[in-house]
Amino acid sequence: MLLDAKIPTGPLVEKWDKHRFDLKLVNPANKRKFDIIVVGSGLAGASASASLAEMGYNVKTFCIQDSPRRAHSIAAQGGINAAKNYQNDGDSIFRLFYDTIKGGDFRAREANVYRLAQVSNNIIDQCVAQGVPFAREYGGGLANRSFGGAQVSRTFYARGQTGQQLLLGAYGALMRQVKLGKVTMLPRQEMLDLVVEDGVARGIVTRNLITGAIECHGAHAVVLATGGYGNAYFLSTNAMASNVTAAFRAYKRGAAMANPCFVQIHPTCIPVHGDYQSKLTLMSESLRNDGRVWVPIKPGDKRAPADIPEAERDYYLEKKYPSFGNLVPRDVASRNAKEQCDAGKGVGETGLAVYLDFADAIKRDSLATVQKKYGNLFHMYEKITDQNPTERPMMIYPAVHYTMGGLWVDYNLMSTIPGLFVLGEANFSDHGANRLGASALMQGLADGYFVIPATIGGYLAGMANRNIDPKGQTFLATRKEAEGRISRLLAGSGKGAGKRTVDDFHRQLGLLLWEHCGMARNEKGLQEALKTIPAIREEFWHSAIVPGTGESLNQSLERAGRVADFLEFAQVMVVDALQRKESCGCHLREESQTPENEALRDDSNYSHVAAWEYTGTDTLPTLHKEPLSFENVQPSQRSYK
Amino acid sequence: MSDTSKIINLTLKIWRQENGASAGAFKNYPSGPISTDMSFLEMLDVVNEALTRQGEEPVAFDHDCREGICGACGTVINGQAHGHQQGTTLCQLHMRNFKDGDTIVIEPFRSRAFPLIKDLIVDRSALDTLVAEGGYVSVNTGGAIEANTILVPQQTADQALDASECIGCGACVAACPNGSAMLFVSAKVSQLALLPQGKPERAKRALAMVRKMDELGFGNCGNERECEAACPKQISITNIARLNREFFKASLFSREK
Repeated sequence: MLLDAKIPTGPLVEKWDKHRFDLKLVNPANKRKFDIIVVGSGLAGASASASLAEMGYNVKTFCIQDSPRRAHSIAAQGGINAAKNYQNDGDSIFRLFYDTIKGGDFRAREANVYRLAQVSNNIIDQCVAQGVPFAREYGGGLANRSFGGAQVSRTFYARGQTGQQLLLGAYGALMRQVKLGKVTMLPRQEMLDLVVEDGVARGIVTRNLITGAIECHGAHAVVLATGGYGNAYFLSTNAMASNVTAAFRAYKRGAAMANPCFVQIHPTCIPVHGDYQSKLTLMSESLRNDGRVWVPIKPGDKRAPADIPEAERDYYLEKKYPSFGNLVPRDVASRNAKEQCDAGKGVGETGLAVYLDFADAIKRDSLATVQKKYGNLFHMYEKITDQNPTERPMMIYPAVHYTMGGLWVDYNLMSTIPGLFVLGEANFSDHGANRLGASALMQGLADGYFVIPATIGGYLAGMANRNIDPKGQTFLATRKEAEGRISRLLAGSGKGAGKRTVDDFHRQLGLLLWEHCGMARNEKGLQEALKTIPAIREEFWHSAIVPGTGESLNQSLERAGRVADFLEFAQVMVVDALQRKESCGCHLREESQTPENEALRDDSNYSHVAAWEYTGTDTLPTLHKEPLSFENVQPSQRSYK
Repeated sequence: MSDTSKIINLTLKIWRQENGASAGAFKNYPSGPISTDMSFLEMLDVVNEALTRQGEEPVAFDHDCREGICGACGTVINGQAHGHQQGTTLCQLHMRNFKDGDTIVIEPFRSRAFPLIKDLIVDRSALDTLVAEGGYVSVNTGGAIEANTILVPQQTADQALDASECIGCGACVAACPNGSAMLFVSAKVSQLALLPQGKPERAKRALAMVRKMDELGFGNCGNERECEAACPKQISITNIARLNREFFKASLFSREK
């Protein structure tokens, strides 16, 4: 497997322009001769579908939800970054690029990240033109707020529901193309496999989630925008249906999977409170703008927060990191929360929580001002916990939130399978080992609105506009395999000795990953996980109960298929984590720490992208390395002190 | 997590229906012990896990984000869409709002425009069809002007966002005695009528979306205000008043057909 990132030559600031000029174009009249499949309708998928259709391509868009508007991008709260410098506080494209690459702990490509920063401003223009109701200043101009990992205010927002508003903008653009007949929207459809013929992506096999029909769809290019794999951990902030199946199927067909161990653990989530819980709820990182994080100084202090006097509180982030304070990047905030709880200073019933306190902000700015900024988040917190965060500090704890790893793509966002493009969270490209807040929305929309419309032409122009026959041999064979897997899931149903539900297996896998492949990892734990995963998988195929049939709507069967893939995929995550013997970005490798117990990166051995090639279910994947070179920034040990 | 956490037992009366063509009926299930800290959907998860272990098919229901924002969930609880708590999606309704021994009736959203698919799942794609009719600003990617050349008074942006908070769950339709989608349509029309970006297509949008609504089998507004009461995002019916104004203005004074 050859990893050619196809990064354009020339100075960083000119690469994207130069590349767009060098790419071949598809003549406007010829665009209608090309069919493109887009899987997923979140920010990346919806924006790509709309933009490609506007250009004249025939687009078929698939999503698993009942409507494209429900994709999990909708739940993003805090905001979207752009280098507009509206605040006149020293921001620039280069600073956004620098902050993002530094925030990612120097494990992303310079060229990709610079392009992201460049198009960030176009994204804001585009969204405003669509009528996205961003927050405004009294004078009518756009408002900004600050976010973790940056010392400028560059985040655009719409209360605590920026993702929803941006997605509704992209969804509107998508539905406009549906009305114009350029996009065929296929909701409640799940991609079960990728069809690869002569080494090239030619289409997908899907299951109609209402009728159970397995169908083949052909196209000249396939675009995956299927999100991240955070649900491998069972408990995460992802939506219930978020899964790795589409990406993992592509991996099994030959697409390299890059940096799968890079998983972001978000510092501000509502703590776990019962074993019936099926997901965790995020509280936007923007809360750290005004909330102060603290724990009692004395371990085991069980007093109510109001009874703990100021002198007996440890505002550990402000103390340890005076220049960034509560706004340190997510990984640093998460790791420190874990460290405090491990030292017995955690609060709440489980001791697995820290306080996020708004009392000072309310005193300083008034309750009304704080409510205006965070009202809907406070409301959400109170509904879930039955506690009012303006009266009693919030309790928060880290939870799995975002996956920086994903399918390997080159500068054109094409995977190692020609014709298969991967956008948004599903690819690995822009966030390195850690994503900064308000950068996911930026990347999803950058990929969909501005990158893929330019780069897909370069691929399509090079190919003859051949007929693709979804009734052909390869399609039928791939479809048969998908059908076989579904029969196996149903046939195995609860035959084994200890019958268990699919969720039961999922929870077991999740706990194992959280324990051994979470915020802190070590060789011994990872080896143990690597040994345990195949055993869980084996038992799953014998003992998981999957009621119902394949010929109708069957949510148990849908879940079983996704969990089956997580059980294979988890192995790739662990193998990747084992290989990366350095601490980096979101995770601490316990063997690699500074004397002050801060994460210690190892640039001489690990300044690379680890791309894994599938070799079989029972064999370990093969590692390919894409070396990272830094010509415009000097990788430094990150310091937020 | 709360200090008042308790265990309660309930009787659930749940609508079961194999598909749109078959007949449906209520079936009773004991909930088993339920923590009052659970959300309504977590309670259904627990019931479904038990059913699965007994070899019975679990109850099908739509859900996804479980944070009250995706709009996927929604059933009728004791006669009210999303349950009795105001401004709450089903996934954010917690069991602390029920009492030990309660019987809870759970049935799908019922409306002519929402055909039933299975158990508690209905087809709400008519709402997407409505948006396709004009719930957007017609601007292609790449053609946008610099964002700050469009100034929007803060109050207007706030009002537009109030309307745009609609999550498209369809509770307004389910709650309406006429099965009208006026609140849904008016939220989109209002957002774009308030903002300068939406002005050029204002008349066309109002006419097209209202016509499509009639065509898709949604009823008309009878000012019952049930929609507003059921809306988990508390979208105000002043939006319906605005839609009516937009529609009349467009019908009488615009050249749009």
